[in-house]
Amino acid sequence: METQNNQLNYIEDTQGRWGIFAWIFSTDHKRIGILYLISITTFFLLAALMGGLMRLELIAPGETIMDAQTYNGLFTVHGIIMIFLVVIPGLGAVFGNFFLPIMIGARDVAFPRLNLFSWWIYMAGAILAVYSQFAGDGPPDTGWTFYAPYSTESGTNVVAAVFAAFVLGFSSILTGLNFIVTIHRMRAPGMTWFKMPLFPWSLYATAWIQVLATPIVGITLMMIVAERLFQIGFFDPALGGDPILYQHLFWIYSHPAVYIMILPAMGVITEIIPTFAKKSIFGYKAIALSSVAIAAVGYFVWGHHMYTSGMSGTARWFFSFLTFIVAIPSAIKVFNWVATMYKGSIDARTPFLYAATFIFLFMIGGLTGLVLGSLATDVHVHDTSFVVAHFHYIIFGGMGFAFFAAIHYWWPKMFGKMYNERVANIAWLITFVGFNVLYFPLFVIGIQGMPRRYFDYLPEFHAGHLISTIGAFILLSGLFLMIINIYRAKKHVTPAGDNPWGGVTLEWQVPSPPPTLNFDEIPTITKSPYSFEK
Amino acid sequence: MTILQIFSGASNFVEGVDTAFVLIFGVSFFFLFGITAVMIYFIYKYHKSRNPVATQIEGSNTLEVIWTVIPLIIVLVMFYYGYKGYAVMREVPEDAITVKVISYMWDWDFEYENGKLSKDLYVPLNKAVKLELTSLDVIHSLYIPAFRVKEDAVPGVANYMWFIAQLEGSYDILCAEYCGLRHSYMEAQAIVVPEEEYLAWLADFDPEVKDPKGLEIMRANACMGCHSLDGAKLVGPSFKGIFGSERTVIVDGKTTTVVADEDYMKRAITDPNKEVVAGFQPNLMQSYKKIIAEEDINHIVDYLKTIE
Ligand code: HEC
Ligand SMILES: [Cu+2]
Ligand SMILES: [Cu+2]
Repeated sequence: METQNNQLNYIEDTQGRWGIFAWIFSTDHKRIGILYLISITTFFLLAALMGGLMRLELIAPGETIMDAQTYNGLFTVHGIIMIFLVVIPGLGAVFGNFFLPIMIGARDVAFPRLNLFSWWIYMAGAILAVYSQFAGDGPPDTGWTFYAPYSTESGTNVVAAVFAAFVLGFSSILTGLNFIVTIHRMRAPGMTWFKMPLFPWSLYATAWIQVLATPIVGITLMMIVAERLFQIGFFDPALGGDPILYQHLFWIYSHPAVYIMILPAMGVITEIIPTFAKKSIFGYKAIALSSVAIAAVGYFVWGHHMYTSGMSGTARWFFSFLTFIVAIPSAIKVFNWVATMYKGSIDARTPFLYAATFIFLFMIGGLTGLVLGSLATDVHVHDTSFVVAHFHYIIFGGMGFAFFAAIHYWWPKMFGKMYNERVANIAWLITFVGFNVLYFPLFVIGIQGMPRRYFDYLPEFHAGHLISTIGAFILLSGLFLMIINIYRAKKHVTPAGDNPWGGVTLEWQVPSPPPTLNFDEIPTITKSPYSFEK
Repeated sequence: MTILQIFSGASNFVEGVDTAFVLIFGVSFFFLFGITAVMIYFIYKYHKSRNPVATQIEGSNTLEVIWTVIPLIIVLVMFYYGYKGYAVMREVPEDAITVKVISYMWDWDFEYENGKLSKDLYVPLNKAVKLELTSLDVIHSLYIPAFRVKEDAVPGVANYMWFIAQLEGSYDILCAEYCGLRHSYMEAQAIVVPEEEYLAWLADFDPEVKDPKGLEIMRANACMGCHSLDGAKLVGPSFKGIFGSERTVIVDGKTTTVVADEDYMKRAITDPNKEVVAGFQPNLMQSYKKIIAEEDINHIVDYLKTIE
């Protein structure tokens, strides 16, 4: 395809490398974004199938298709893959890599080789994670949280899995570092902080969490390994350690990790709504600063995972209080998104449908988070399927639906081809319905007292589990339809055009697919990023 | 009595907890439906077919302040009710009866003030009961949904919980912290009876008649999470009638039979993965060679001989 300026686009420009090497050795941020897209989609499908198998096992009480040990391994592996390989890198690694430089008017990230290296580390960690499932004494069965002392005693392949998470942490730290420097140093002339689009803003807040919080979990996981291999005794009381210490260290990272997933998701939604409402974002500064507020306060709420662990009374109310406070910046974003639709001229195409359902699902996730932040109610629903439903609404309904929104929004830009929009809308509806049928019943049985990570359950929870399993299969079919439809876009002959949605941020001003260097000439920025006035 | 009713009053905490639930859910549904309705209305009203040209609005500081302050007040009210419903859970009345909870993979033992042990938790009606939570191995969490109480049993940490049961009946006790293979089977009942009945039950116990020493050692080492005495197959084989019987075992991949004499049982405890009982997984049971003194292992074996 010919581009405006007769430059090769990034897909055609192999830079003299052959076949697959043109991808796995390329330092082009766009090619690296695609590498992550392929790897992350693969792992997502794998872990989603595991989720489907778990739901099938739970369709009826008693053993259905697998034994308890297999089930315990499955929910552990499902969690490890989804958290460390899919949602934590997720939007930042795929769309951040591809679009951050273009959206701020740069030719690449600050450290392109480091960027490629991050992907290689990611793959090394991923291979290790998959290896841990098949080698040694069976898949790890600790849950993705690796709680001590179970994790220091379990006879399964815990060390490999923990080490995989450790390696993956480096990839996350390096990507974060790269983005911070890129955003500080490489914005186009005239792009002041408050003229920067909001997806880059969210990546900026996220990157700081990645850099500051990830080392903590790295060290913690190494302590588990040291304890298993050398009986050091950090966490196991039998060796003189403290199991509660482990939980603190683990959640100091793993709560902020929730924001690593959700902040870029919010950034994506903030890009999509103005484009389809043909209207400037409402409350630009409020949205930008609320990302920073979430990142900052989000550091100090980890204890809400531990209300029943025997923490001191003071710590319990302190963490509860801050948890309620951190809800506010999220609420501010929701209000601003809805206000952006007011007096817009709305074109409800596929990305917008995903964005609107994101708001709905994210609200359910956030509001049920209040139940878990509140002390009295958390004591009852902590470690029940209520929690499982809550975080799937946030992570899957939030981050996942934002990912689907992003892929439908930016696909024509990335590959120059449009998918079939009718089929995309049908897949959206199936996915949305399946999602709710799958996860909503888990709230109900959670309130009734159904603990999580249960291979088997009491008969009164059967109806809820049955409905949930049916939802899982509706959801999976929606996902397959979506993916096949997007993939088939390549068959379309007519190019999607440079700006199919009428967006105004910089990525819509370069050709589709973008040329290797993104811009002929670096643009000078004079207007706010969402200025639709001609 | 397993399905939860809101405000059932099964324990003294139900009201405070359920009040917080009702408050948070009430406000949440209001915002969820309100915001969703407004959003759908906007999408309809300002669809490009009805409103071809958007009006550009950059924002409004007044609105930002309003939708920061109002939610802030609301969440602080929620925080308060959550705290209030919870604070009482940490204040144990002085006259509370103490029951020690011994949790282990994958069962509960309850030990009362006079030394009596039980598998289900007996509780007198309308009396404060304090549970002292201990664990012999990994973290468990004692959860009684109907009472709205839960607290982790952490090895090496002295955690507690308390409640007053206010309705007679039998309520599920579940383990809420994932603890391995049989986590979902780690259940018991909380049996609430009138006080006289409770006292009679408690007194039906002679502290002089001690359990055999071997059984106590096995309890203390959590053998009973995997082995039963009554023939039930758990993770490991049942000890019922084990002594002198013929066992089919797999040694280095070959199936043979041995007679379970004293020596065999000692080997099964000190080197359990050498001769693996057919139909069971190797590597689940660890070697107790360094954990239990030889003398105590002899006590165990003596006891095992008596189970018919
Ligand atoms: C984690 C579960 C687990 C625990 C705890 C456990 N065992 Fe076992 N035990 C097994 C399994 C599984 C087998 C069968 C496989 C084998 O022979 O190794 C077994 C086998 C045995 C046998 C042989 C039984 C037979 O039928 O021949 C004896 C005796 C025994 N265990 C005693 C003990 C004692 C005593 C303890 C406590 C000090 C104990 N076990 C703790 C799982 C356990
Ligand atoms: Cu958290
Ligand atoms: Cu348990």
